[in-house]
Amino acid sequence: MSKVRVLVGTRKGAFVLSSDASRKKWKVEGPQFAGWEIYHVKGSPANPDRLYASQSSSWFGQVINRSEEGGKTWAPVGNQFAYEGEVGPHTWYDGSPHPYEFKRVWHLEPSLNDPDTVYAGVEDAAIFKTTDAGQTWNELPGLRTHRTASGWAPGAGGLCLHTILVDPKNHDRMYGAISSAGVFRTDDAGKTWEPINRGLRSNHIPDQDAEVGHCVHRIAMHPSRPNVLFMQKHWDVMRTDNGGESWHEISGDLPTDFGFVVDINANEPDTVYVIPITSDSLHYVPDGKLRVYRSKSGGNEWEALTNGLPQKDCYVNVLRDAMAVDALDPCGVYFGTSGGQVYASPDGGDTWAPIVHDLPGVLSVEVQTLA
Amino acid sequence: MIQVVLPANLRTLAGVGRVVELELTAPVTQRSILDALESSHPALRGTIRDMTTKRRRPMIRFFACEEDWSDASPDAPLPDDVVAGKEPFLIVGAIAGG
Repeated sequence: MSKVRVLVGTRKGAFVLSSDASRKKWKVEGPQFAGWEIYHVKGSPANPDRLYASQSSSWFGQVINRSEEGGKTWAPVGNQFAYEGEVGPHTWYDGSPHPYEFKRVWHLEPSLNDPDTVYAGVEDAAIFKTTDAGQTWNELPGLRTHRTASGWAPGAGGLCLHTILVDPKNHDRMYGAISSAGVFRTDDAGKTWEPINRGLRSNHIPDQDAEVGHCVHRIAMHPSRPNVLFMQKHWDVMRTDNGGESWHEISGDLPTDFGFVVDINANEPDTVYVIPITSDSLHYVPDGKLRVYRSKSGGNEWEALTNGLPQKDCYVNVLRDAMAVDALDPCGVYFGTSGGQVYASPDGGDTWAPIVHDLPGVLSVEVQTLA
Repeated sequence: MIQVVLPANLRTLAGVGRVVELELTAPVTQRSILDALESSHPALRGTIRDMTTKRRRPMIRFFACEEDWSDASPDAPLPDDVVAGKEPFLIVGAIAGG
């Protein structure tokens, strides 16, 4: 019988939540790396017991951990993230040049077919790669040295590369999303990158057709249809049907189109989930109600999913890496909140229940479907 | 033996207790202590000082014999009581927050 394992990164450690395919009764293990910020934990699709975790601290810097036992035991691996070659500036909040400086790993994206290969998205924005299971990390400098990079400026959360998607049908094609810069695509396995932000509109930049400068919060891809991407931008939910050549808005009838997460039902490529957040100045859900919105038509028409979620006095946020879906049928949907709740729906969003109520603030949620 | 006291989060990371003992030859300096500490506990590389520049991380302090050595030269000899193991070399996470 299948099982699921939910990997939760929080502001004070990592947790592993396990259940059988019913997804009703859960075993909670943790905290691992107690006291440290865990921006992301993710398993290898090629070897699900091989996990990688990004552990960081303002005091003690960056540590990467690897597990060979599905999170039961961990060991630190390499943590040197040195930018390649001459390191130029990016643009600071006040418009002045500011030197690139490594701060932390936001996102770890294991290769689809090699458990020893992992991509890391970091702040200040760059992408690194290991091919030796995390012992050494080398930058793919074509992104950070792109001709537009000196003009990238951080958002409130920093100049972070927070999303990496690998095209399952063509591994040379990858997408990277950078907060306040936009989405970039490579077609040569990371050597060169180009911005793919046509159609995005952002009122915080004067030129609405700007090639970069768009605050992308998250992008999602269904493996069966890699040319279709969904995006939660700072404001606006967007969609591309041509691998990012052009985007169009699908916010439709959402109560607000600000938010962080977006994800796709594993069995229905046109069923999309977002969690609207009030605004960029009010980082909590609108009207005290925690509502996931689901579109079954690939956008524009959205329905509120509320069964089992708090519908009064709720003022939590859900951060960009804190939603995931499993591969079962019906599809399980999971998300974690700034208030430390992790919610699960075993039926594609129709009903919800908390797995845990009182973890530290959740930074990331991933789920593995295990045989 | 040199006595090195680590902050709690680094004890967990390195899998050690409050005090790590190191055997060093003279002259005993911040650099020689940190080199030996990172050699015996590789998980600590990069957590106390930058791996490339070897500069102290901004929110780490070094204390010994009731003196703040954080901004002293990393090659300055440490007090005799530290060398003799009578006083510890303290690696401290700065207080931050409210």
